Amino acid sequence: MTDLWDGLSRAFWLVATLDAELSEIALRSLQVSLGALLVGSAIALPLAALLAVRRFRARRAVIAVLNALMGLPPVVVGLVVYVLLSRSGPFGVLGLLFTPTAMVIAQVIIIVPLIASIAHQSLRDLWAEYHDLLISMNVTQTQKIATLLWDARRALLTASLAGFGRAIGEVGAIMIVGGNIDHATRVLTTAIALETGKGDFALALALGFILIALAIFVNLTIHWLGRTEREGRW
Amino acid sequence: MSDMFPLSVKGAKTSRRGKVLVGPVDLELDGQGTCVVIGPNGAGKTSLLRLLHGAARLNSGQINWACSTEAAHHDQTFVFQRPVMLRRSVEDNLIYPLRMRGMARKQAKALAADWAERVGLQDMLRRPAPVLSGGEQQKLALARALIVAPKLVFLDEPCASLDGRAMREIEEILQEARAGGTRLILSTHDMGQAKRLADTVVFMFQGQVHEHSPAEPFFAQPETSRAAAFLRGDIVE
Amino acid sequence: MKSVIAALSALVIASSVHAGEVMKMAVTTSFNNSGLADILLPEIQKDLDLEVQLLVVGTGQALKLGRAGDVDAILVHSRKAEDKFIAEGYGPYRREIMYNDFVFIGPKADGAKIADEVTAAGALRKIAEAEAMFVSRGDDSGTHKKELSLWASADLDSDGFGPWYKAVGAGMGASLNTAAGMGAYIMSDRASWLNFGNKGDMALLYAGDPVLFNQYAYLPVSVEKHPHVKAKLAKQLEAWLVSDRAKELIDTYKINGETLFVFNAKQD
Repeated sequence: MTDLWDGLSRAFWLVATLDAELSEIALRSLQVSLGALLVGSAIALPLAALLAVRRFRARRAVIAVLNALMGLPPVVVGLVVYVLLSRSGPFGVLGLLFTPTAMVIAQVIIIVPLIASIAHQSLRDLWAEYHDLLISMNVTQTQKIATLLWDARRALLTASLAGFGRAIGEVGAIMIVGGNIDHATRVLTTAIALETGKGDFALALALGFILIALAIFVNLTIHWLGRTEREGRW
Repeated sequence: MSDMFPLSVKGAKTSRRGKVLVGPVDLELDGQGTCVVIGPNGAGKTSLLRLLHGAARLNSGQINWACSTEAAHHDQTFVFQRPVMLRRSVEDNLIYPLRMRGMARKQAKALAADWAERVGLQDMLRRPAPVLSGGEQQKLALARALIVAPKLVFLDEPCASLDGRAMREIEEILQEARAGGTRLILSTHDMGQAKRLADTVVFMFQGQVHEHSPAEPFFAQPETSRAAAFLRGDIVE
Repeated sequence: MKSVIAALSALVIASSVHAGEVMKMAVTTSFNNSGLADILLPEIQKDLDLEVQLLVVGTGQALKLGRAGDVDAILVHSRKAEDKFIAEGYGPYRREIMYNDFVFIGPKADGAKIADEVTAAGALRKIAEAEAMFVSRGDDSGTHKKELSLWASADLDSDGFGPWYKAVGAGMGASLNTAAGMGAYIMSDRASWLNFGNKGDMALLYAGDPVLFNQYAYLPVSVEKHPHVKAKLAKQLEAWLVSDRAKELIDTYKINGETLFVFNAKQD
């Protein structure tokens, strides 16, 4: 129990004194996870819309696979990305291993199924509502997808933020592909794992509290920027 | 005025999961006035409209417009019994079909303002469409269908579940459109509305076009006994 | 909505730029936990204008990273594995830098009475006889391999042990946490133990047998196997690590007044 209180007060002082090292890893956490959020959403949302709009043979299979991949263990993703990006792997020449880019790639793979699955749920419902109208208006496939994505944007924001939540709290994959290198690829979660390993539970907890605070802050900011709460029903 | 018509339908049939919804239907329609489709519940009024519009699959037979099918689709719109509102503002609903057809936003907005005025929604342009009342939603749906200046508008029971005032407003808009040369094909179960609007009448029964005649003689003296019974208010089966 | 996306993009794109040269070195958790890296790396940065990025992993993974060419050099402590690494051609040679020692940690009460033993093997035999709880790293790390070789030298087969022997498959710190939680015995490198923050009811019970010495060696990754490795930087770093400057820093590094490492590199 004392560790918890120590953690809280350590967290408070780290934030209050704007600890340089903390700012650095917190900012890197944000960069990596927001990067994954952007890239992941850019892939997952149109994919979800396509799955809602188009009837093709493998559609159900793709949806089932996406749903299953939501539970993908990050460590496995990390290993696969590691093997691909390793110098002796197929993309080794890019020299991406142990860089923030590699961490973004791993997190994108982790969150795309999650964002796509949640987004697909709401897009499917919206498509059921719009189907007759849009068919009647004779709009193109691209226009259908754009319409659904725009009109479901509030639900999609929730889907994307769920992806962000998974990304920023994730440690297994980025530990492997990032390497937890000080001043290069260390982020909040890997720092927490490191401090836990050193037995410094108070500092680990402090970083954990800061991580939670950061996640809440990002959610509030994005909602506020989108002003979605004030736009009524959607 | 229209190069879509005459519309010639021969042996057209649509079915779903093995059950025939409409057909085989033979029908000739020219490009004038309002055609009202009546008939008992389940006679296939909605299915006929959807079939002609191309929203229901044509299983057999032919639907021939005077122009290409593609061009015909471009010039027709559909108003549903339950209006489908895009989750956007009234204005954005109005400009949507114009934007999809590639019109510039500014021009589309000007047109939208004009049409909102015509259907009495000018004060609600910024309001989210899904929160409008039923009558307002149907007027918006109607304006959205008419804003692209279609040559033909299908209306599937547009006034079902609306109060008298909303119904009168909608009928006024329809009469105006008809006067402007737009061909209307409207289904209804309201005989009063059918009499007020119809130039010609299609009487549907059990998925078939049972009678197709000009409105006046039809209401005065229908040719078939079933139509006569229906007009009398008897149950037809 | 568009402003959200724009704001996010701006934040993501803004990222730091490195100055000077950068190389990557895989080191073992025990080395990193000692805190010596925090002393050496800034000095290296100052003297050579070289940023050494550390990948802190187990010995097995460190060698694996070297084999794959994902790092430019490794600093590990497992003689057999190092020799194999060189024999397979992944590194041209190994260079001994320094050593520290392993110690046995256990509950203060010392139920198995290992504190008065003369040899490490004797201490382990006591633990096995008492079937006192023992936590093993179980992660194929240098420390784990050392522990296994010690059991073997005590004529005991760790595969045949009962449930008192817990192979946790974790790093040094995590294993120490586990041992502290269970009141178990564990073998640790001295540095990790001294820096460990969650000692609880645990104490250093046995140390001193020369077989517990833990030799660290530096292995550059072969430029023939992996032409992209930064061999020049690796060479510079090696020269620095065996210099008098490094010797002084290593020999005078203390935690709680205790010396941890003994510099023993052969200098040219």
